[in-house]
Amino acid sequence: MAKVNMTVNGSPASGDVEGRTLLASFLRDQLHLTGTHVGCDTSQCGACVVHVNGEAVKSCTMLAAEADGAEVTTVEGMANADGSLNVIQQAFQDHHGLQCGFCTPGMVMSAAALLKENPKPTEAEVRTYLEGNICRCTGYHNIVKAIMAASGQDVGAIAAE
Amino acid sequence: MYNFEFVQPGSVADAASAMAGEDAQALGGGQTLLPTMKQRLASPATLVSLTGIADMKGVSAADGVLTIGGATTHATVASEAAGSFPGLAGLASHIGDPAVRNRGTIGGSLANNDPAACYPAAALGTGATIVTNTREIAADDYFQGMFSTALDEGEIITSVRLPIPQASNYQKFVQPASRFALVGVFVAKYADGVRVAVTGASEEGVHRWTAAEEALSANFSASAIEGLSVAADGMINDLHGTGAYRAHLVGVMTKRAVAAAS
Ligand SMILES: Cc1cc2nc3c(=O)[nH]c(=O)nc-3n(C[C@H](O)[C@H](O)[C@H](O)COP(=O)(O)OP(=O)(O)OC[C@H]3O[C@@H](n4cnc5c(N)ncnc54)[C@H](O)[C@@H]3O)c2cc1C
Ligand code: FES
Ligand code: FES
Repeated sequence: MAKVNMTVNGSPASGDVEGRTLLASFLRDQLHLTGTHVGCDTSQCGACVVHVNGEAVKSCTMLAAEADGAEVTTVEGMANADGSLNVIQQAFQDHHGLQCGFCTPGMVMSAAALLKENPKPTEAEVRTYLEGNICRCTGYHNIVKAIMAASGQDVGAIAAE
Repeated sequence: MYNFEFVQPGSVADAASAMAGEDAQALGGGQTLLPTMKQRLASPATLVSLTGIADMKGVSAADGVLTIGGATTHATVASEAAGSFPGLAGLASHIGDPAVRNRGTIGGSLANNDPAACYPAAALGTGATIVTNTREIAADDYFQGMFSTALDEGEIITSVRLPIPQASNYQKFVQPASRFALVGVFVAKYADGVRVAVTGASEEGVHRWTAAEEALSANFSASAIEGLSVAADGMINDLHGTGAYRAHLVGVMTKRAVAAAS
């Protein structure tokens, strides 16, 4: 066991972990931040995407020990300061960007990483960026639409209503 | 995954001594090794993380050579090589997906030498030098067939030096489920000739296509390889594509890479 310290969603967090403890397990089982989902556990599906030092990573494929000292943001840290949904989360709700919601935390975290890098992406850029985020329900269309809307772009033209 | 001891040295020297321990293994970005360990196909006693070693990170261009630290992520190469070596930056920017690129490293990719990986094509296609903690290895001697390299037990790739070509491009025909290359071709044009390296296709792993190199060295245009064909013998034959299909793709991807080279 080794002690890890990190900042999670702006607050200090620490715990004792084994070498093999995954960041996803540490967040879910020790910090009880169960918004981060584990879908495949093989770095394929992206349900577990969180930000580590501002970069999107798959938390099922990173050790908790590797995040020692890091700033980690999970979907629980995405809401506005007053607790209301942030612009990306609200857009997912407004544009029906989810059905079962299992992929949604990863989608929101990937979308936030994309919009930080590229504030006005094209539809093609959104689709390419989401290559590592799999959704079994929506067919992606409304996810793409929500992200375009969150970037402040008019989504009337891309939408099948 | 079986448990192990995790160590994160801050220098190459400390990493090398940690690697000398029994059943120690290097950890780059973990994008290949952690899934392998989950399947219990690897069970090191100690994982030696290389990503805390500042000397092994970063991209720099000097005297016509691009030097990339062994623990540099694909995302960093994609952004920092864009000006000096766009063909390589383009390759790095299409590996896996953004989250994979934020963790996966060039050293991990070259050490693993997956027969469908992208970086081996760039290293062989530029005649790169693989620099380790003990020696320098020419790419032509480094790749020794699928998942096999010249690296010794415990040896660490500290950096990779790639001669910057006058023009280059990498074309990948994506295997849509894995996002690896079904076939990928890296073409690099130098003052003294052209190099062509092929990944994804052969049972021997990454290799050079010398007939195309000769034709393109005489005439650097897609039409120069019009009459050439690649034998289907020894090509990977699996549910994603037959050997004949891959052999055909080698020609198609090479033409596209020549046409797109910049
Ligand atoms: C969903 C997904 C899609 C992917 N798509 C692609 C793709 O399109 N193209 C592609 O090329 N790759 C792809 N990859 C693989 C990815 O590029 C990996 O990051 C890479 O192959 C391994 O790098 P790593 O740093 O993660 O190494 P690790 O997984 O940490 O290690 C891999 C091996 O290399 C050894 N090692 C690591 N670093 C060093 C070093 N510096 N010196 C010596 N040995 C070392 C380890 O001991 C281990 O044996 C994909 C991976 C995933 C999960
Ligand atoms: S659970 Fe991490 S990528 Fe699927
Ligand atoms: S909404 Fe169900 S997996 Fe995406």
